[in-house]
Amino acid sequence: MTNISKKELVVSAIENGTVIDHIPVDTVLMVLSILGLDKYEDEVLIGNNLDSKKYGKKGIIKARNKFFEQKDINKIALVAPKATLIVIKNYEVVEKKFVEIPEKIDTILKCINPNCITNKEIVDTKFKVVEKNPLKIQCRYCEKTMTNIRFAE
Amino acid sequence: MNLKGKNLISISDYNKQEYLEILRLAKEFEENPKQEILKNKVVASIFFEPSTRTRLSFESAASMLGAKVIGFSNPSATSQSKGESLHDTIKMLSAYVDIIVMRHSIEGAARYAAEVASVPLINAGDGANQHPTQCMLDLYSILKTQNTLENLNITLVGDLKYGRTVHSLVQAMCNFNATFHLVSPTELKLPSSVKMHIKEANLKYEQYTNLEDVIPFSDIIYMTRIQRERFSDPLEYEKVKDSYILDAAMLKGCKETMRILHPLPRVNEIATDVDKTPYAYYFQQARNGVYVRQALMTAILGVK
Ligand SMILES: [Zn+2]
Repeated sequence: MTNISKKELVVSAIENGTVIDHIPVDTVLMVLSILGLDKYEDEVLIGNNLDSKKYGKKGIIKARNKFFEQKDINKIALVAPKATLIVIKNYEVVEKKFVEIPEKIDTILKCINPNCITNKEIVDTKFKVVEKNPLKIQCRYCEKTMTNIRFAE
Repeated sequence: MNLKGKNLISISDYNKQEYLEILRLAKEFEENPKQEILKNKVVASIFFEPSTRTRLSFESAASMLGAKVIGFSNPSATSQSKGESLHDTIKMLSAYVDIIVMRHSIEGAARYAAEVASVPLINAGDGANQHPTQCMLDLYSILKTQNTLENLNITLVGDLKYGRTVHSLVQAMCNFNATFHLVSPTELKLPSSVKMHIKEANLKYEQYTNLEDVIPFSDIIYMTRIQRERFSDPLEYEKVKDSYILDAAMLKGCKETMRILHPLPRVNEIATDVDKTPYAYYFQQARNGVYVRQALMTAILGVK
C-alpha cells in the first residue's frame, strides 16, 4: 500500500472514476486520445515518468466519474498492452480490468500499403485482427495482411 | 437465395451457395443471352484505369439485356483528374444509376466506393487486390469443362506470387475440395496468406518447379504470365522464363478431359500450337465472362 499512497501524492486520489495504470511513458497521450479523454469535460489527471517496479517508468491517467466498457478498453491494447484499469467507487477499488487485443481495430492504425485507398484519400482505416500473438492484421480495404504495425499520425 | 443489393468486391464476399447460384444463372444466359430484362435499368461502367477487355465484356453483357450503360473508360476525361475525390464522384453517380461497375488502380477503392454508394457495386478490378468477376468466369469455365467443381486437381502455373486471379481462384476452389498443384519459380511462389486458405479448408497442395511433372494428373491447368519486372535479379528471370512455356508436345499423356485456362492476354507462355488442341479453352473462357456478368448484374439488381 505504501507504493500506492506515494503515487497518490503525485496524482491525487479520485472519489469515483477510473485509474489507468502501467501505461508506457511514450503512449500516454495516445491513450488519452484513443479513449476520448482529451475531449472529456470532467477532471482528468495525468502523471508520466513515474517510477514503476515492474517497468522502470510508466504513465498513469485518472479520469473522474468515467467508467469504460471492455470494448473501449481494448482499443488501447496496441499502445498500452499491459495497462491495468482500476475502477474506483467512494475511494475504494471495486474492480480491476485488463486490456485484451480486440477483433477489430479502427482509425488508429495506418495501412502499410502505399497504394491503399486509405493512403490516397481521407478514409478512416479499419483492420481485422487475423492473429493475436504475434499480432497479424488485415486491412478492410486493400485486404493486405501485415505484422508490422504503424500508427496513424 | 437473394443476392439483391449485395455488392461483389472480393471473392470472399460470396459463399459456395451464392457462387453456384451465379453459375446456374450464367448457364441460363449462355443459352439465351439476349433478353430485355434490364430495360429500365441504368448501369454505370466507370473505368478509372483502362481495361478494354473487361469493360467491353460488362458493357455488352448489360446491353444484351437492354440496360442503358453510362460511364467513362478514360480517366483523363473525368472530374477526378480535376481533383474530385472518389467519394464525391461515387456519391454523385449513385443518384443516376441502378448499379455501378468500377475499375480502379488503387487497392481498396472498390470496398470504399461501395461504402459510399447508395446503389450496389461490382468490382471490376482494384489495383493488385481483387478481380472477382474474373474468378467467377474461371469457376464457370471449370464447371463447364469438367461438369463439376468438386474434387478436381487444379494446377496453377507461373506467377503465383503477384497474380491476383490465382489468389482468388485458390480461395474460391477451397469450397470444392480441390487439390492444388503449384508450379512456379522459387521467387514467385504462392504467398503464405493464400496458402493459409488451403490449410484452413483442410485441403492439400504441392509445390513444383517443373511443369511437365504435373501435366498427367491435372484436370485444369491455369497458366499465367511471368513478368520480367517481378524479378529482383534479371539473370534469374532469364534462367526460368522458358521453363513455364506450355507447348503441344508437352501435352502427350495428359487426361482427355484436361483443359487449359488463362486469364489473357497471353504473351508467350502458351505456344500457339496448343490453340488447335482440344485442351485449349482460354478463348471460350473469355467468352464465358459475358454470361457470368449478366448473371451477376441481374442477380444483384434483383431481376433474376
Ligand atoms: Zn490497406
